Order: sequence, then structure tokens, then C-alpha cells
Amino acid sequence: MAAAPVHHETDSITVQAPPASLERVPLVGNLRSPGWISDRVAAVIEGKTPGWWKICFVISVSMMTLCFAMILYLMSTGVGVWGLGHPVMWGWAIVNFVWWIGIGHAGTLISAILFLLRQRWRTSINRAAEAMTIFAVMCAGIFPLIHIGRIWLGYWLFPIPNANGIWPQFRSPLMWDVFAVSTYFTVSVLFWYMGLIPDLAVMRDRARTRLRKMAYGLFALGWTGSNRHWSNYEKAYLILAGLSTPLVLSVHSIVSLDFSVSQLPGWHTTIFPPYFVAGAVYSGFGMVLTLLVPLRRLLKLEEIIRVRHVELMCKVTLATGSIVGYAYMMEFFIAWYSGNPYERSQFFLTRAADPFIIGPLLHVKPAPCWWAFWTMVTCNVVVPQFFWFKKVRTCMLAVFVLSILVNVGMWFERFVIIVLSLTRDFVSANWGYYAPTWVDVCQFLGTFGLFFTFFLLFIRFIPLIAIAEVKGVTPQADPHHPLGGAKAGGTH
Amino acid sequence: MPAAYAIMAEFETPAAVLRAAEKVRDAGYRQWDVFTPFSIHGMDSAMGLKNSKVGWFSFIGGCTGYATGMLMIWFMNACDYRIVIGGKPMFSPFSAFPPSYELTILFGSFGALLGMLFLNRLPRLHHPLLKNRRFALATHDRFFVVIETADPRYAESETRRLLESLGSRHIEMVEE
Repeated sequence: MAAAPVHHETDSITVQAPPASLERVPLVGNLRSPGWISDRVAAVIEGKTPGWWKICFVISVSMMTLCFAMILYLMSTGVGVWGLGHPVMWGWAIVNFVWWIGIGHAGTLISAILFLLRQRWRTSINRAAEAMTIFAVMCAGIFPLIHIGRIWLGYWLFPIPNANGIWPQFRSPLMWDVFAVSTYFTVSVLFWYMGLIPDLAVMRDRARTRLRKMAYGLFALGWTGSNRHWSNYEKAYLILAGLSTPLVLSVHSIVSLDFSVSQLPGWHTTIFPPYFVAGAVYSGFGMVLTLLVPLRRLLKLEEIIRVRHVELMCKVTLATGSIVGYAYMMEFFIAWYSGNPYERSQFFLTRAADPFIIGPLLHVKPAPCWWAFWTMVTCNVVVPQFFWFKKVRTCMLAVFVLSILVNVGMWFERFVIIVLSLTRDFVSANWGYYAPTWVDVCQFLGTFGLFFTFFLLFIRFIPLIAIAEVKGVTPQADPHHPLGGAKAGGTH
Repeated sequence: MPAAYAIMAEFETPAAVLRAAEKVRDAGYRQWDVFTPFSIHGMDSAMGLKNSKVGWFSFIGGCTGYATGMLMIWFMNACDYRIVIGGKPMFSPFSAFPPSYELTILFGSFGALLGMLFLNRLPRLHHPLLKNRRFALATHDRFFVVIETADPRYAESETRRLLESLGSRHIEMVEE
């Protein structure tokens, strides 16, 4: 703390610089200028198509084709091609739906909640995270749509007048879900597009070819950077952030109501809404890390997406992962404390009873899917705890591997909640087992193709870093900072 | 020669353009603007702008959304197509709340975005400034003060002198 204070003598006030030990790591490395930021981010689009991009794109498009082929097969044959059967009528499709929609939550959290909390580091990652949200929600949306069996009647989900003179039934949480997910998708696209307008103008103004100038110019809507426009723009951005915050918290809450409004042991739980939201943010940050840790290296964006950003994301993952771990403990405690035999049976005998410790202790046979439960606990409770260590948070390979495990764990969480609860309900005569078919597996893999196809197109044609916002958090953009042109002795 | 649309002065730092904006405001100009690659904190007051009205658009949108949700659900489930589900009431504000809440957010967001575009008179695919080569730097790293010739206080030599005194290194006329 011995750093000598620097005094800027002015007419009226003395500005005392904070001690060096309190200075934070700058958000953009090497004091890069606003012009450099434009050039660096635009170079990703303007440069030659990288080889790895082409390879990844071919693989992704092939997998996306698989996705559509499986949908066609399902449509032409019926939902019997999936492993669904009494008593498990919600299998992988709903597991994948909840998993994908959960992944989307990090994008909105970064763009809206971190904006309201004035976390300026969000600017480097919000664009890519929002794009991830949109594509993840697209993947999620496919599953409930094809799950209804008669896809051509999918429009019955919406309040559209039809020839039968009937309306949707709004006392069901499934209808709430339709509104939550479609609103979530629409508002995410609006928010993302609004953030893009100034950056599309950047691309328009530096375009060399007529096609680029027209294409970016059309979508930039004639943005000039006028401060009269910025004034309305910033207000609209703040309002959208304020509206997206309750939105993102409500979406996974409503998804969780699909389960908790029912009576099934394992589903009928009041802890579900906050527990699902925490899990969603946890898995979403896992996916953001999985995508951005390699991308920052491949696209040479290390000075904009810095180690500090990765570290901060790891900390959010740790915090939300720990909330999820707490929720697991709470579920078990309530199952025991409630004294309800069905709840106890679901949690202790159907989920936790492994062949080695818990099963022998309780004198019961191991549960058929005990490994699913314990994979979930390992990935969601143990794995995030590694992020307590700075060595792990700053090692990109470790972060990448752990971030994938996060999403493996979250997929198993949804599997455990949905499928295991359904396999064993109140009456043992009603118990059953579930196994997916090859169509289930290919359909799930296919959505990865869809996701990555869109994501690769995004990084190739749209600025994947919010250029104007990143410029705004540099010291050069601050009119009260010496690098922003503030003079000692001036009135600013 | 085409008519002049405005006089444009270039600045290199946000502090310089902020000081310039205050002076132009104090000189009493009305039809002028500052163009920046990012929004500069404090520029609204430096230009003498009032609080943005976008909030009203969003508020009206949100209220419309909530009312739409509640009325729609009441009409569909309690009026036009009454069907008993598990003995639940035909209409309850509680079960109607989640969709109405989502519609509040949906319409409020559209209000914010469309309100912003309306107040900014966007989309506008042609603008005299966008034809100017130098002005392309406004989205890169330069800052511009632009005073329109239509401004009642505009006088070519006087306005140019004001902009020069503010420290602009590059001043040019923009064609209509």
C-alpha cells in the first residue's frame, strides 16, 4: 500500500489516483486503442476463412442433416421410434429440451443481470453468449414441438383461432411454458439485434465490397453514432436489460413448474424454481467457457477476452454450482424430514442407492440407474469446487475440460429428475424401466450440429465481440481519464 | 455544387469532444449533433439533452401486454370455450399470471426497441453524413461535432471559427 499518490492539480479539485495495489487488471490488454479493437474484431470476419472453421463447419452441417433426418423419420413413423413407453412418457426429448434451454440462460444473465450490476467485464463476452442463447433455445424448441407426435398440429400450442373452435387450456403449466420459451426466444433476439446495430454500422463503414456494404448497411438501419441516438439507445438497452432479468429468472422457473405442479414424487417440490434457475446459469456458463476458451485462442482475441474474464466466469460457475449442490442436499433432507414414504423411496432407493456404500447401508438392492445419479453428483457438486483454486481457473486446458464436465453433469441432472422419477411412482405394479433408442441418440447429436452450424456462421459473419461496448470500457473512452484526453488543469 | 448540409469538425479524444459539445450548447445552437463510436458518459448533459422518452413506449407496451394476457385467457377459457379441468375455476388470476407476465415482458421489449427506433427516426438508409468519406471514422475511433446549416444561428465563418477555437484539427463542409 506504499504506492505514492499521484496528484492532478486543478483549479478547483484535486484528483487522487488510487494506490497501484487496488488497480484492477484492465479489461482490454496492452492499453489497446478503440481503433485497434475495431480492427481486431473485424479481422475475424474480414480475414481468410480458417482451415479449422471449414472442417468444423462440414462436421456441423452433416450433424445438422442428421437432426432433420431424424425429425423426418419421427414424423413419418410416429413417436414409437423413441424409447418412450409406459411409465416413462417423457424421455430424452424432454431431458434435451430442459438441458438446451438451461444453457441459454448464461447469455441473458451476462447481457442483462451483469449489465444491471455494472459488471463491465461482460462486454467482452456478451455478444457470443447471447448468440449461444439464441441457438440453444432454437435447439431446445425443436424437442417439445416434435414430442407432440403430430407436428403438423403444433400451431395448436398457440392461441390461434382454428376450425374446431377450441382454445388452449391456460390452467396447464405446459401452456405457460409455451409463452415463456417463445417470449424468451423473441426477447433474446431483440436484445441481441439491438446490441448489434452499432457494430453492424462499424462493419458497414469499413466494408470494401459493395455486397458487404449493402448487407451490413441494411441491417445497421442507418446508424450514424449520433449522440441523440445513443441517448435513446442507451435507455432502451437499460430497459431491455431490466425486462430480461425477470424474464430469464421466470423461464426456467416456469420450465420447472412443468414438473413441480404435478404430484409425482421427485417432481412435486417447491424448491424447483430457484434450483432450476441456478442449474441453468451453471450449465450456461459451462457452455460459454467451452466455446470461448478455444475461440479466444483460435481467433487471437486473448487481449479482449482475457484470463481475467475466464476466471470471473469460473467464479460464477463455482457459485451457481454450489447453489445446485445445496439444492441436492435440501431435496434429500426434505425427502427424509417429510416422512413421506414415496418421497423417501424416490430419493434414497431409486436415485442414491449404489451397490457399494448407500445401498448396503440401507440394506436395499442398488437402483437400476444409480450411476446416472452419481455422475450427476460428481459433475455438479465436486467438479465446480476445483474452481476455488486460482491455478485451475487460470489453466485454460483445465477450464475447458471442467466446463464440459459441467454440462455432462447437468444433462444427467435432467435425466435423473425426469426419467428416474417416472420409472418408479406410487404403486410398484406401475414401475418400469427406460432405455433410449438409436433415434433418441441421433436426434440429440443432431441438435449439436444445428447449434454449431449457426454458431460457426455467427463467428464468421457477425462481430462476435460487442465492438462499441468494449471500446466504451477502455480508459481511452473515459473523458475524465488522461488517456481519454482529460487534461490536468482542465474543468474535467 | 450541391448545397451544404452541415459543417463537420473532427476531434480525437472523448474529453475534447465533450468540451466542444458544452461550448456549442452554450453558444445556443439547436440543430447540431455529436457523433461518437461509443456512447460517452456525460455527453447527454454536455449537449443539454433531456431524459430519453423510450421508457414511456416500454411502459405502455408492458401494460398492453399484461392486459392482453389476462383478457385473452379470460375470454378463451371462461367465455368462448368453457371446459372443466380438474375442478379448477374457469378463470383464475393466478394460473393466468405466468403467460400474462411473459406477455408484459414481450410487449415491453418491443416497446423499448421500436420506441428507440421511432425516436431516432430509424431505419434511415440514406443520410448526407454517410456519403462523407471522412465520416466513416465516426464508427472507428474519431469524434465529430456536426452543426447543420439549417440552424438559425449558423453563419459559415462564425461557426467555423467557433469549431476551430474548440481545438478541432479537421473541419469540412458536408454536402446535402
